[in-house]
Amino acid sequence: MRSARRDFRDEELLADVIARLIGDVRHVAVGNASPIPATAALLARERGHGKPYVSLLQSRKHNFFTDGARELFDCAGQGRIDVFFLSGGQIDGQGNINLVSIGDYAHPQVRFPGSFGSAYLYYVVPKVILFRTEHSRRTLVPRVDFVSAPGASEPNVYRPGGPIALVTSRCLFSFADGHFTLESVHPGHTVAEVIENTGFDFERPDTAPETPAPTPETLKLIRAVVAPQLAEVYPQFAAGVFGAAVPSPFSGGTIRG
Amino acid sequence: MTDMRDNGMAKPTTSLDEALAPIQDGCLLVVPREVSGVPMAATRALIRRSVKRLHLVALPTSSLQADLLIGAACIATLETSAVSLGEFGPAPRFTAAVTSGAIAMKDATCPALHAGLQAAEKGVPFMPLRGLIGSDVLKYRDDWKAIDNPFGDCDPIVLLPAIKPEVALFHAPMADRFGNVWIGRQRELATMAHAAVKTVVTVEKLHDGDLLADPLLAAGTLPGFYVDSVAVAERGCWPLPLPDHYAADAEHLALYAKLAATAEGFAEYLDRYVYEKRAA
Repeated sequence: MRSARRDFRDEELLADVIARLIGDVRHVAVGNASPIPATAALLARERGHGKPYVSLLQSRKHNFFTDGARELFDCAGQGRIDVFFLSGGQIDGQGNINLVSIGDYAHPQVRFPGSFGSAYLYYVVPKVILFRTEHSRRTLVPRVDFVSAPGASEPNVYRPGGPIALVTSRCLFSFADGHFTLESVHPGHTVAEVIENTGFDFERPDTAPETPAPTPETLKLIRAVVAPQLAEVYPQFAAGVFGAAVPSPFSGGTIRG
Repeated sequence: MTDMRDNGMAKPTTSLDEALAPIQDGCLLVVPREVSGVPMAATRALIRRSVKRLHLVALPTSSLQADLLIGAACIATLETSAVSLGEFGPAPRFTAAVTSGAIAMKDATCPALHAGLQAAEKGVPFMPLRGLIGSDVLKYRDDWKAIDNPFGDCDPIVLLPAIKPEVALFHAPMADRFGNVWIGRQRELATMAHAAVKTVVTVEKLHDGDLLADPLLAAGTLPGFYVDSVAVAERGCWPLPLPDHYAADAEHLALYAKLAATAEGFAEYLDRYVYEKRAA
């Protein structure tokens, strides 16, 4: 640990990093089982005094869609969603993500849930932020076993979107021109540790800066304003991390849909 | 209750087992995602009836429902974008069945399933969709085809064949005696019903009156024209949620995740919660 004293939680640091990546946009959508990206999106909205629109797909309250589950995808196809989050059982150095299986597809050794909307949203949402807390050679691999969605496409393939960054428990990578670059290392972690635990090659400056810790103002916003909103969608996460109470028994469900 | 079939209206409500009669062995069945009203009481009834060889299309994902049907050996083919128990971890019977090859898996991506059903509801043979090109999702779907956009210039795009389910099955808050079903904002339920040959619905309760007579309710109503049978099943989504009505039963789902981790535990779960055998 490089910092003498930490007054923030890992989840708060990661949400702060992601909120900065979101930037000044109109609409952020957050998919299933993504409590930290959801925290980040709600934080960005608080900082922007109501902007961007945030659609938490499992939420009743933070979700304006009224035309069924397809509306999100139709919206994205038109360019009406600026930021989305994806993850992967494996992520490789070309930005390919694998949400399906390890080993031969017909006879997998390990099976993950499936590709969800990735094989579409990765192409059409301009800023896709990859988020995977487990930063290990198991998750960050030289080449994924199954391409749920590729990091880059041939020039003639319609692709206004794609990955811009990968956030892990250890560091922040940016993604451009088909590869990752180390941007910053989170407090308490080192470049050597990042190299040791990353299965793919990446660009890095001679000295990588430390990811800035969340400011007291940010921590206050997360704990006092964001956490209670989050509790509707992620009651177990909000209670476990922030001690936030569940506001209503009629949440959109505690597991993904 | 008056039989409305004579004037083209849907059948009156019936018992759960009677309502499920259209779902026969080998049926191409479409069911909704977790936040849209998963018919769990109906699913347990199908397992008790030992339905076999279903081709299940879960629009666009599934959780407990697919896992239960797979574990109970009701499914031959599963077509969906993901199956998991969310905060409660991987779907154990799904995972075991895919790794052992016990079911045929047709991996999709969410909008592809929506698009396939939309093609069916329009009565057209296919729907184009962006994305997909260069993915292994496309590579392993020999029923999907990339063509050059006939209106563009060197612009490849994927065509998805229409998905025409034999039966759509879901749970909704209420239906009236004309077979009209109030689905609220869960519009994908209407798409499912439009696309399917037959639609079977379970509901929390019967609405006294005509849902189409009130414009506020009519906007969220699936007309009985599309509905073949309706059965009342109170708390019909349990242990999954019915949004705006009741939350998921987290304790029960945690118990399921624990038991279903092994074949023996899963069998015990079926005995206790599906077959409802009393302890000796």
